[in-house]
Amino acid sequence: MNNAKINKAKDKAFQMWGIFCTFLGLVLLAVFIGAIIKDGILRIDWQFLTSLPSRKPENAGILTAMMGSLWILGLTAIVAIPLGIGAAIYLEEYSKKSRFASLLEINISNLAGVPSIIYGLLGLEIFVRLLKFGPSVLAGSFTLSLLILPIIIVATREAIKAVPKTIKEASFAMGATKWQTMWNQILPASFGGILTGVILALSRAVGETAPLIVIGALAYVPFTPSSPMDEFSVLPIQIFNWVSRPQHGFVINAAAAIIILLLVTFTMNAIAVYFRNKWQKKVNW
Amino acid sequence: MLRAKEYIIEKVLFLCALITILTTIGIILVLSIEAVIFFSEVSIIDFVTDTQWTPLFTKKHFGILPLLSGTMLTTLIAIAVALPIGLSIAIYLNEFSPKGFRKSIKPLLELLAAVPTVVYGFFALMVVTPFLQMIIPGLSGFNALSAGMVMGIMIIPFVTSLSEDALFAVPKSLREASYGMGSTRLQTSFNVTVPAASSGIIVSVILALSRAIGETMIVAIAAGQQPRLTFDPTVPIETITAYIVQVSLGDVQHGTLEYRTIFAAGITLFIFTFILNNISFFIRKKYQQRYE
Amino acid sequence: MEKTAAYRKDVYKIEAIDVNAFYGQFHALKGINLGMEENAVTALIGPSGCGKSTFLRLFNRMNDYIDEFRMKGQIRIDGNKIYNSYIEVEQLRKYVGMVFQKPNPFPKSIFDNVAYGLRIQGIRDKKLISERVEKALKQADLWSEVKDNLKKSALALSGGQQQRVCIARTLAVEPSIILMDEPTSALDPISTARIEDLIFQLKTEYTIVIVTHNMQQAGRLSDKTAFFYMGELIEHGPTKELFTNPKHDRTENYISGRFG
Repeated sequence: MNNAKINKAKDKAFQMWGIFCTFLGLVLLAVFIGAIIKDGILRIDWQFLTSLPSRKPENAGILTAMMGSLWILGLTAIVAIPLGIGAAIYLEEYSKKSRFASLLEINISNLAGVPSIIYGLLGLEIFVRLLKFGPSVLAGSFTLSLLILPIIIVATREAIKAVPKTIKEASFAMGATKWQTMWNQILPASFGGILTGVILALSRAVGETAPLIVIGALAYVPFTPSSPMDEFSVLPIQIFNWVSRPQHGFVINAAAAIIILLLVTFTMNAIAVYFRNKWQKKVNW
Repeated sequence: MLRAKEYIIEKVLFLCALITILTTIGIILVLSIEAVIFFSEVSIIDFVTDTQWTPLFTKKHFGILPLLSGTMLTTLIAIAVALPIGLSIAIYLNEFSPKGFRKSIKPLLELLAAVPTVVYGFFALMVVTPFLQMIIPGLSGFNALSAGMVMGIMIIPFVTSLSEDALFAVPKSLREASYGMGSTRLQTSFNVTVPAASSGIIVSVILALSRAIGETMIVAIAAGQQPRLTFDPTVPIETITAYIVQVSLGDVQHGTLEYRTIFAAGITLFIFTFILNNISFFIRKKYQQRYE
Repeated sequence: MEKTAAYRKDVYKIEAIDVNAFYGQFHALKGINLGMEENAVTALIGPSGCGKSTFLRLFNRMNDYIDEFRMKGQIRIDGNKIYNSYIEVEQLRKYVGMVFQKPNPFPKSIFDNVAYGLRIQGIRDKKLISERVEKALKQADLWSEVKDNLKKSALALSGGQQQRVCIARTLAVEPSIILMDEPTSALDPISTARIEDLIFQLKTEYTIVIVTHNMQQAGRLSDKTAFFYMGELIEHGPTKELFTNPKHDRTENYISGRFG
């Protein structure tokens, strides 16, 4: 074999390796999910969805955890979406090129890399203890809001940046103020991108476990939250609790709860991807 | 009227942005205040040199090294899995794959990072460890190997996504020059594109490292709760993050030394990720300027 | 805008006095003095990068958004200094409209595009808005083509139609001055001819300043022409005179197509 042929063969070999790697993670994920479905699918029934936690695996259910997750999702959305979009608008359109602006920039990049468990420690000291919220839905939502804020900010800024400058100029030239331009032109034009980022961020919040454990969310809560000051559990914590128990029945329960959790996060991701594609098609100015 | 409204809106938006600064200040204050009190009771020398971590036992030792070694071990295993695979995917997608394929596979790969970590923990404990036990007979039920490998799969998209962006940003002319000399795709990748995109690839690895160091649930579920200074991947260990979870789940009273250990552990974790994040930020800034 | 009695408004609608402009270290306009008359078309010509667009954008303060931009000297409109802390740029821009190089309608319906300026002024009267939209579209010579589908997205129109939507959008707020930054450079010859006809009709009611690369266009449309080169105003005067009998060699070389 001559040199060129060897090179050609290496090239082909790498191509095969590339395809193998690309599908390796996905295939493993599929295998994992398959194993979980096999373990847990039969456990999902009406009783499982509507029962409170219990010491006996066959009586236990995910009602409180599911309601807790819904509460957390809703409150986090209410807090984080306006804050995140507001901060992004400020950074993109209002802050001048100053030291403070670059400080904000590096700060957000840093926050995005802070481990989620550290946000838990922050929430524990500030929301649970200092502001005396206790290990409540409110404290959990505030903690997760701070956690997903950088994700929303980054996504919103990207979406705003993608709006052509000519639109902004045209609006200013018509005598519109900054906010009128933002509200009437830039936000509607970047809506799809912002929505994508927001959904992805919220899906992250739904799957978070560690910061909520740190602020003191419990695995065993015998009631569903009825106000933001109530104690709560969430699906991931319930799963964690069941995984760490020795009885096989609880492992089955964990698998069943994982199926529900994955259903939620995958649906949210699918919706996000759908909006992103739809929006990208529209953006051909 | 209009001016007043604009003024108020600007201030409100500014406050939103200010929250991010306050968050950072809050994190640093909370961690350092508790850590300062902790170090007034525990010598910082013991903290960094003692080889045992037993704050919850009657005979207390406060050496962070066992937790640190546990964190390093799982992180290294994760990177050893994610770097070759993630980078190969990036090169493949950039240089070899058909265009439409790249566009449809990327959201799928990102799904790997979208799976909640508690789910990965379940995989590691219930699927991967039993599988590995068939190959490695001495493997314990809790171990760094299985947790690290699963973590590696989780962070593949972090490596792939940023590396791929960096490879994509390499000017086409460079690549065409290489093809023009008769290079294969593989030669072009490794001799031209990968070196040209090296800073972006380094950034992706640093961010993946930082992500792995801070990862909690996988190691809390599958790696064990036994702090020990070892680099043996087959035995139970404990990471910094898993320790914080362990204490949070227990009945430790607020204001005690045991309570403060989680902040001492937390600030150690924060310092490591903070340094890594800043390095990656500055590399990225520098490299953006180069292409603009 | 308030009119100052002491100023000779009868002479110039827009006047630039000792204008210098900078982008960071780059000196983009060097000591420009130029007056422009009411209800006339003034053309600004010159090679790319000569500062003519920068100059045009001074009159509605569109350069304010460029970070590194600085300006010295004065611009007066109707005798009033417009670079003054008490001037509200939003009010100024309602008085001084602008049409851009590339048609840039908003990604909204034709009607909403033209009504935009009125709505941001807080006008809510639906009848008034639709009257003004119709009037503006008629002035922009577009009404007959779009009157049956005003709800259609402006982005679905042809390039020439889009540019006429942009002109209608500007006219709807009833400005006094219209700035045009190479308004036909992105259009085909037929669309260009229609826009030129339109400008010709508009000049009876509006003061128009137009930046153009097209010598014939400047010759056909404008009453006065100003020639810029490397940030300096080389020559200005009645268009016919400047084209037939330029005083400077540079001007002659440029209009005869020797560089540019």
